[in-house]
Amino acid sequence: MEHCEAKCGTAEQEKALEAVIEASRSTPGCLMHILQEAQGIYGYLPMPVQKKIAEGLGISLSEVYGVVTFYSQFSLNPKGKNRISVCLGTACYVKGSDKILEEVEKELGIKCGECTADGLFSIDSCRCVGACGLAPVMMIGDEVYGKLTPDKVKGILDSYKEANK
Amino acid sequence: MAKMINLKINNIPVSVPEGSSVLDAARKAGVVIPTLCYLKDVNCVGSCRMCLVEATGARGLVAACVYPVSEGMEVQTNTEKVRKSRKMTLELLLSKHKKECLACERAGNCELQRLSIEYGCDPNYFAGDETRHPIDDSAPYVVRDRDKCINCMRCVAACNKQAVGAIGAIDRGYAAHVGSAFEMDLMSSVCVGCGQCVVACPVGALKERSTVDCVWDAIADPKKKVVFFTAPSVRATLGEAFGLPVGTNVEGKMVAAIRRLGNVEVFNMDVTADLTIMEEAAELVNRIQTGGVMPMFTSCCPGWVKFVEQKYPEMIPHLSTCKSPQEMFGGLLKTYYCEKNGIDPKDLYVVSVIPCTAKKYEASRPEMGGEVDTALTTRELARMIKTAGIDFNSLPEEAFDNPFATCSGGGTIFGASGGVMEAALRVAAQMLDGSFEVVDFKEVRGTQPIKEATYKIAGKTVRVAVASGLANAKEIIEGVKNGTRHYDFIEIMACPGGCVNGGGQPTLPDSIRNSTELKSLRAAALYKSDKKNGYRRSSETPVIKMIYDEYFGTPNSEKAHKVLHTHYHEDKRI
Repeated sequence: MEHCEAKCGTAEQEKALEAVIEASRSTPGCLMHILQEAQGIYGYLPMPVQKKIAEGLGISLSEVYGVVTFYSQFSLNPKGKNRISVCLGTACYVKGSDKILEEVEKELGIKCGECTADGLFSIDSCRCVGACGLAPVMMIGDEVYGKLTPDKVKGILDSYKEANK
Repeated sequence: MAKMINLKINNIPVSVPEGSSVLDAARKAGVVIPTLCYLKDVNCVGSCRMCLVEATGARGLVAACVYPVSEGMEVQTNTEKVRKSRKMTLELLLSKHKKECLACERAGNCELQRLSIEYGCDPNYFAGDETRHPIDDSAPYVVRDRDKCINCMRCVAACNKQAVGAIGAIDRGYAAHVGSAFEMDLMSSVCVGCGQCVVACPVGALKERSTVDCVWDAIADPKKKVVFFTAPSVRATLGEAFGLPVGTNVEGKMVAAIRRLGNVEVFNMDVTADLTIMEEAAELVNRIQTGGVMPMFTSCCPGWVKFVEQKYPEMIPHLSTCKSPQEMFGGLLKTYYCEKNGIDPKDLYVVSVIPCTAKKYEASRPEMGGEVDTALTTRELARMIKTAGIDFNSLPEEAFDNPFATCSGGGTIFGASGGVMEAALRVAAQMLDGSFEVVDFKEVRGTQPIKEATYKIAGKTVRVAVASGLANAKEIIEGVKNGTRHYDFIEIMACPGGCVNGGGQPTLPDSIRNSTELKSLRAAALYKSDKKNGYRRSSETPVIKMIYDEYFGTPNSEKAHKVLHTHYHEDKRI
């Protein structure tokens, strides 16, 4: 876990975050809104960002962290260039999507919720993308991949690696 | 006057002010409703579901601690439905709980254990997740065992009430737990070590980092001379660990008990409370007369000092440079006492007994030079007395050992919020005006969160404030910073009510805590002792005269600065 990064991302990002805090700080219950905006700016909510928000609102870091970890919409880890989202909704799950997720994790060497060191992929799970007829399903960015089997995973990921070269 | 509401609890008619909870009404009717997450003055959220009752007009069972009374309401607290629900709640809590009850420090004094027995629970009825987490013993003052935690959030509420917020709720659902942000350990967090979380915990998830074994080792070591000294408030609380009523002063029995732990001497820390007053009053007078940094804040509370270093480092110049009575005693023993008695300081093992967990941290601060070898909480001393098989209640009353036995009443009231201020005023007033005779400064006594007073001394107006509880300290400090509050001298104690309510004091059952004014009863024992003391001013005692005549010369002398004063470090944390 990185401890106390001195800066909050780039100067532009920091300025944008400060503007968001300044604009909302006097509104009661503004923390959720600020966190959503901050995640929009940074893609995730690392410690320096949460510290800046805590300091800006005059609340404790543990309160901010408590809210961040309560809601699944917030992420503590950066997202990859290609965001993989494996559906674990009921239809996909009974069709074995847990095995798909396992295969993706194995293939990339990271766990669900994490990002690869090269920043190319991050893995998340989701609940139903509305394509149950294609179960099991995963999305990479806006692309939907249906009727998956574990042995198809490697080929799909390789195509993204290839495209990045 | 508030409108009164009439209702019935288990068919007993009772009348309570509008806005009262069902729990309040039941207490008035003499009906006990079990609670776990509820703690008077600290936490009232209705989350644990132990206090569920049946009430007319309510859908399903309701939580008595938060459910408001209404006219004509009929409440049943002991139906089959209620008992079944409470039992299942307990069994669900037990499913995940690390059941090390045989040797848990809170066994016999654990709210979860007590209720489980009362409701005839099967601790293994539900097979829970047995995943175990590392124990956080990163800090020299408090140890946290997440696997004993029942998520009642009393510790979190206590920490937030202190305006510290070192711990909070993390994650959701079954994964929800208490911890510091980013799962930091306590030592890396903004924790100040006050230990209010420890005395709030109903189970054994939080306790002090015990050094009892080190003390037993030192007592057994023939090369070591072991000396104890006990803080002012310990005599007012130690008896609670032996079943005596809250507010019993057990000074004589306490000394007798420590003496029976082994070949040790027992000194009175009230003596160095007097010494602190001599140095602090002289510093205050000096700051007033030379235009030094004002207002001056007291510095005897290590939780408060850590709070300033971490949250308001820009205010460090306002802190008195005086060490706390604990560290003054350490310094005095390892210099003056060793020199006088021809003892090598390496062979002197100094044990302080304090009502506090933060004092353990203070003793470990590098600038204190290890002068206090270890600090024990009131609870740890009680445990040692029990281990030694000493029948506390039948002990005779014995006196402290010389030369550090006789104190002033001013030294004794250090243990209550406002006591340091009053003791300092008694001495400082006479330093400024030799004919100033007043010794009772009643305006600064009591358990109110913030107390203010203005005195006319030697033609000068002296404005003072006293705050206990760090949220109140924060209010004072913000007011001083933004120019809305004007004082000359400010006393701060981290714990609400001061040391009598410290994080190292005996943990009493909820049944007592929720129905008693602990802070004022314990403080009253100290003020009673002050009133009886022939010496009211710290400057008057023969011990203080001896210490200055033989060693330091005058308060704030060069030698006094070397041994009795310290400095602070910026350690900004968010």
